[in-house]
Amino acid sequence: MDTEILARIQFAFTVAFHYIYPPLSIGLGLLMVVFEGLYLKTGKKQYEILTRFWLKIFAITFGIGVATGIIMEFEFGTNWSVYSKYVGDIFGSALAAEGLFAFGLESTFLGILLFGWNRVSPKVHFISTIGVFLGSMFSAVWIVVANSWQQTPAGYHIVGEGLNARAEVTDFWAMVFNPSSVDRIIHVWQGAFLSGAFLVLSVHAYYLLKGRYVEISKKAFKIALAVATLVSLTQLASGHSSADGVAENQPAKLAAMEGHYEPSAAADLYLFGWVDNDSQEVTGIGVPGGLSFLVHQDFEEPVAGLNAFPKDEVPTQVNAVFQFYHIMISIGMFLIGLTLYACYLWWRGKLFEKKWLLRIFVLSALLPQIANQVGWFAAEMGRQPWVVYGHLKTSDAFSQEVSSNQILFSLILFFVVYTILFLLFLYSVNKKIKHGPYEEAENPNEFLKYT
Amino acid sequence: METFLGIDYPTLWYLVVGLLFSGYAILEGFDYGAGAWHLFFRKDMSRRIAINAIGPIWDANQVWLIIGGGALFAGFPVMYATMLSAMYIPFMLFLMLLVLRSAAIKFRSAEEMTWWRKTWDIVYFLSNTLIGFLLGVVLGNVLQGFELHENHVYKGGVFLTFLNPYAILTGLTTLSIFMTQGAIFLLLKTEGRLFARLTFLLKKGMIFFIVTFVFTSFYTLIYLPGVIDKFKENPVFFVIPILAFLAVANVPRLVSKKKYMQALIFSSLTMAFLLMLVAFQLYPVLLPSTINPAYSVTIYNAASSQKSLGIMLTIVLIGAPLLAMYFLFLYRTFNGKVKLDDTSY
Repeated sequence: MDTEILARIQFAFTVAFHYIYPPLSIGLGLLMVVFEGLYLKTGKKQYEILTRFWLKIFAITFGIGVATGIIMEFEFGTNWSVYSKYVGDIFGSALAAEGLFAFGLESTFLGILLFGWNRVSPKVHFISTIGVFLGSMFSAVWIVVANSWQQTPAGYHIVGEGLNARAEVTDFWAMVFNPSSVDRIIHVWQGAFLSGAFLVLSVHAYYLLKGRYVEISKKAFKIALAVATLVSLTQLASGHSSADGVAENQPAKLAAMEGHYEPSAAADLYLFGWVDNDSQEVTGIGVPGGLSFLVHQDFEEPVAGLNAFPKDEVPTQVNAVFQFYHIMISIGMFLIGLTLYACYLWWRGKLFEKKWLLRIFVLSALLPQIANQVGWFAAEMGRQPWVVYGHLKTSDAFSQEVSSNQILFSLILFFVVYTILFLLFLYSVNKKIKHGPYEEAENPNEFLKYT
Repeated sequence: METFLGIDYPTLWYLVVGLLFSGYAILEGFDYGAGAWHLFFRKDMSRRIAINAIGPIWDANQVWLIIGGGALFAGFPVMYATMLSAMYIPFMLFLMLLVLRSAAIKFRSAEEMTWWRKTWDIVYFLSNTLIGFLLGVVLGNVLQGFELHENHVYKGGVFLTFLNPYAILTGLTTLSIFMTQGAIFLLLKTEGRLFARLTFLLKKGMIFFIVTFVFTSFYTLIYLPGVIDKFKENPVFFVIPILAFLAVANVPRLVSKKKYMQALIFSSLTMAFLLMLVAFQLYPVLLPSTINPAYSVTIYNAASSQKSLGIMLTIVLIGAPLLAMYFLFLYRTFNGKVKLDDTSY
């Protein structure tokens, strides 16, 4: 296989694997802040138990997130050296800010969060929890800023030509607040909150089904449900705003997302479908003119299709972009329905009576994870053939001096190590869940051996 | 070219990167170093204590690698891209070992089974040892220069060229200084028989360091004759190797007086002086070309724009004091000997 394809496979594999963990850390971080805050406010042991229990799962998640994240930082240089030189001037300040402001905060306070229970006061511990949570949120900001700049470059100019061409920053704040940054940061945060909230929902639904830790599980379930409902609903708004931005700034990507080819015609909005890139046809069920309506509030208004752009400036994997995008939206809609229905039952006082619903919640932890993954796949594949939209093509961006054998070597190594890591993650999280938040034989209000 | 206090921006950023790398070497030096002694401790409990000695701080120490890497990418993208893609194999191994090391710390004590812990002990020992070695190997390669052609295009070997004799020597030297640093750090953190064992091991570590250091120095002077040119021009800078030597010599003295904290400071200073030596020798070159000096990567042809460097210097001026505060707070919280509790690894 050629170097470019291997480099792309390796990057996709390592970044997709990495992205299982940070969203979970951010989401669990939010819930730990809530649990620990409630503990400090009410003084109830139950909240302390919840904080300590979720902290254990958070610790593993965070650890793997950091370990796999460091690889990403260096993989730009090893496999994408042309790209690194091209964007270093711009990307660099975002990465430097991420390291100093975000990662410095989260990693130093992590030590106190994990090992400081007996060394600092509860208040200082709570501040450390907030520090770690905020650090992980800031991390997301800077990383998404860098990626958004690749989607919608702003605040820069290009200097040099050919191999020596590179982007230089002219306006830092315009670079940071490029047209897609804010929408995408919020969208990513929300995706992260959902993955954390649904893991909490899933585990406590499991306990409720088993009749274990019933008291605290009901509390945790309700808190996580409130978060999940609020975020799923607002996710719709940020998703819509994000799509509007794509329509304006990356029209070819939008066209690929809905499989819209005609250069200038009203575009449909599909519920689901299948795109044939050769015949340029979509088979599926959708609202005629729906995309035109979403973009222009008019069912008749034309939207630029893929054929409106030069052949070599549109994504070739249209069906993949279409599918990933639609899976993300379907999951988002499903989560809204699920949480609203659960809230309705909660309001009627029947939240924990329907076993089938709890079973769905047990499985639901996977859904935000899948949505996060496919959402990014749609965003990144939809940007192709560009790595920096409109400026640098992916096929020009990889390290020319690295041979395909070298990448094959590292790819196999990654595959082996990450498989082991993933199995260890599943094993130890499963073990912690099976073991539960405390020894059941004892009264939760008196059991704590460390108090 | 814009300046600050009379120093141009690329040079300032060179100092920032140098400072970050020194911080990384000093802090992760004792982390990796402690881990490189791991199999020299026989009892399971000793091994647990050794891991928990770095337990609450290793994540924070790793920040220095992340910021250092980010700073190199941000300030000298050409250097970052050229070095990483030319040194593909050693860096991939380094990254993989970092992952395995993190996994070993997290998972080693999670199970009681002997085979489980023994396996992770070996993984932990090997990853720490090889990480220290590989960092030195990369440094050795940078000192010798790369086969860089026009536009800094690397055309050297891609698989095993990085393992040349000089690089192996610098690799061993780095490992030995990490191990010295690690043993002193563990002395601060342990008591009883493990402490006694470490006093014995530290002596071995110092001997290992002195031997490799002498070999490397002679090899450098004989086979890399260019290295002392700079010092001949500016004899004043001979003070750096002298300081490095004095710092090394001071370590055993302080250890015998049981002043471990001071010993740790002096072994850290040794590292800082040795890195200064390298930095001074290279400046303003970052990556020498063995083909033609004109093709070398320097801080000027590799630097980001003045605008970007200015922004990043501002970020550092705001961020560094914050980071220093976090670190002070963290280290004060976990000062003193290791005490295992239910939150320990």
